[in-house]
Amino acid sequence: MLKINQLSASVEDKTILKGLNLEVKPGEVHAIMGPNGAGKSTLGYVLSGRDGYEVEGGSAELDGSDLLELEPEERARKGLFLAFQYPVEIPGVSNMEFMKAAVDAALEARGEEALSSAEFLKRAKQACKQVQLPLEFLKRGVNEGFSGGEKKRNEIMQMLLLEPKLAILDESDSGLDIDALKVVADGVNSQRDGQRSFIVVTHYQRLLDYIEPDYVHVLSDGKIVKSGDASLAKELEAQGYAWLQGYEDKNGAEEPVA
Amino acid sequence: MSYQIEKALHREYEAGFVSNVASDTFPPGLDEDVIRRISKMKNEPEWMLNWRLKAFRIWQKMEEPEWAHLNYPKINYQDISYYSAPKSMADKPKSLDEVDPELLATYEKLGIPLHEQEMLAGVAVDAVFDSVSVVTTFREKLEEAGVIFCPISEAVHKYPELVKKYLGRVVPQHDNFFAALNCAVFTDGSFVYIPKGVRCPMELSTYFRINEQNTGQFERTLIVADEGSYVSYLEGCTAPQRDENQLHAAVVELVALDDAEIKYSTVQNWYPGDENGKGGIYNFVTKRGVCHNNAKISWTQVETGSAITWKYPSCILKGDNSIGEFYSVALTRGAQQADTGTKMVHIGKNTKSTIISKGISAGRSNNSYRGLVQMHGSADDARNFTQCDSLLIGDKCGAHTFPYVESSNPSAIVEHEATTSKVSDDQMFLCQQRGMDPEKAVSMIVNGFCKEVFKELPMEFAVEAGKLLEISLEGSVG
Repeated sequence: MLKINQLSASVEDKTILKGLNLEVKPGEVHAIMGPNGAGKSTLGYVLSGRDGYEVEGGSAELDGSDLLELEPEERARKGLFLAFQYPVEIPGVSNMEFMKAAVDAALEARGEEALSSAEFLKRAKQACKQVQLPLEFLKRGVNEGFSGGEKKRNEIMQMLLLEPKLAILDESDSGLDIDALKVVADGVNSQRDGQRSFIVVTHYQRLLDYIEPDYVHVLSDGKIVKSGDASLAKELEAQGYAWLQGYEDKNGAEEPVA
Repeated sequence: MSYQIEKALHREYEAGFVSNVASDTFPPGLDEDVIRRISKMKNEPEWMLNWRLKAFRIWQKMEEPEWAHLNYPKINYQDISYYSAPKSMADKPKSLDEVDPELLATYEKLGIPLHEQEMLAGVAVDAVFDSVSVVTTFREKLEEAGVIFCPISEAVHKYPELVKKYLGRVVPQHDNFFAALNCAVFTDGSFVYIPKGVRCPMELSTYFRINEQNTGQFERTLIVADEGSYVSYLEGCTAPQRDENQLHAAVVELVALDDAEIKYSTVQNWYPGDENGKGGIYNFVTKRGVCHNNAKISWTQVETGSAITWKYPSCILKGDNSIGEFYSVALTRGAQQADTGTKMVHIGKNTKSTIISKGISAGRSNNSYRGLVQMHGSADDARNFTQCDSLLIGDKCGAHTFPYVESSNPSAIVEHEATTSKVSDDQMFLCQQRGMDPEKAVSMIVNGFCKEVFKELPMEFAVEAGKLLEISLEGSVG
């Protein structure tokens, strides 16, 4: 599904990713953990093609096509979804209108017919219920006046409607209470079908109590320095990230397990 | 990203074609003789000619205003031709079958079919081509309801009492430089009269087309809604793509008598000039309405065209409990300049006004809101609410706000809110990450920004206005 090889990238001339390797196979859930400033969010932005994130070397392929050559919207249409850490407001554009345009674009890219308004409304209502937002949120402007938790649920709602092949959740758990956390986890778990893959970026182990990852990677200073199974997350929770200091010097960058 | 947005704003003007119609056009120049000739072409009565001449003499003593935030070379009023009419209109065709097919084709091409059976149901159209009205549809149907909807040149003959009673009463001859010029040389436009207690059975609309080169268009619209009546009126405008600037100086007067309501919508898409500011229409327009007791006037405008826009649709809230509204979307791109807004003059007690202005600037354009809210001493408990939002696309454009508030009544309440925002890279990236191409993203964001105004437009035109913005913005992103 996703193959990242020796990926290096910079923001405003500062190198953030320094030769990152990662392979995600269909149906897998990978958690990426690490201290602040390790490059966790940068990875999501580089893969999704955000302006200002310069690729300096390496490659990233999604189902065999070179991701880094594509426009952001083309990557999205190939099935890459990014749930934002800080979702932006688009005043006056209703959630419905926004999501219909997104779903239509995805269907068009696949050569399928656009959904009828009635069919779309049905699916949107279902997704809205699943993330436990009142249905009026479909009519409200995109993220307009939403609380932090509502914004995160709204991101998951979009993911449910778009059914991406690969979803990257960028700290979708930060600032959430336990109920909202469960909603986010349920969104991911309900889409795990053995084919769709997820990269769950998080600072805390908490979310991983609800989303069982197949692999956990530790990102530090732009590289994956340690990989393991779900138990690694628990270990990190117990020890914090302080042990990473100097870890790299001793061991160098490890090849990821996956 | 900004670069992409800039690119998206470069786009051809779709209404820029020229119709091949033989015309009778006056040579350029303006003096009393020209005015006499215009009056003669229209076969006008003496009183009308005298009214024009009086306006001309006033105009000659006036100075062109310079207070607007606009930059353009001085207009030479002797270089303009003040009358142009298709030759085929000389014999006054009696029905649509007698109208030059080339003229009908022009409107067809603009998406305004003039055959009644092909038209939007429920919309009557007066089509004005250069200086004359080509055809007015659905007249019989309107007459059944007692509604008069005809070219103003015809109203001068058929309804002289009404015209004499109301013409120049809201916008007097000496009102301003451009209005005075219009009074002297106006050639055609629409006249509407809605009798007492009648709700006009259909939308009325006038479609203005400038075709001839070096010709100014000076139309005059007068709408009188008698007591307790209601009318919704829409005007649309386009012009061919030409390298020279062309002058459009219109006057619109609205009279809403006691308990009457007039809803006036404009979708203005005059040729805006090219990217470098070459060509385009200079649009200097005076629009004003007077509200008697309990009357309401609502102006809604979507301004996307013209090289220069100078326009302040206003309401004189003379009667007690009267209501004035102004909803505006003004989009400027390329080298366009707009200085537009409104005046709400509160005279009656308990009068209310609402101003919602949305300015969108892109390219190297400049977009100014200029609005006056005036509370007279007599305006007890009057209220105004103003919201003025600017949206910037890219970093070479300008948005300016010039609010004027004058209150002479301590019980009056005036509120003003203003915001300026940008189409942000974050918003663009969110849309693109969800699979939308950048053009779709910009038009969606801009449409969202304008929503409060679009919902005021009549249904059919809200869709049209949304599309127009989409077209204007298409190509704004790579």
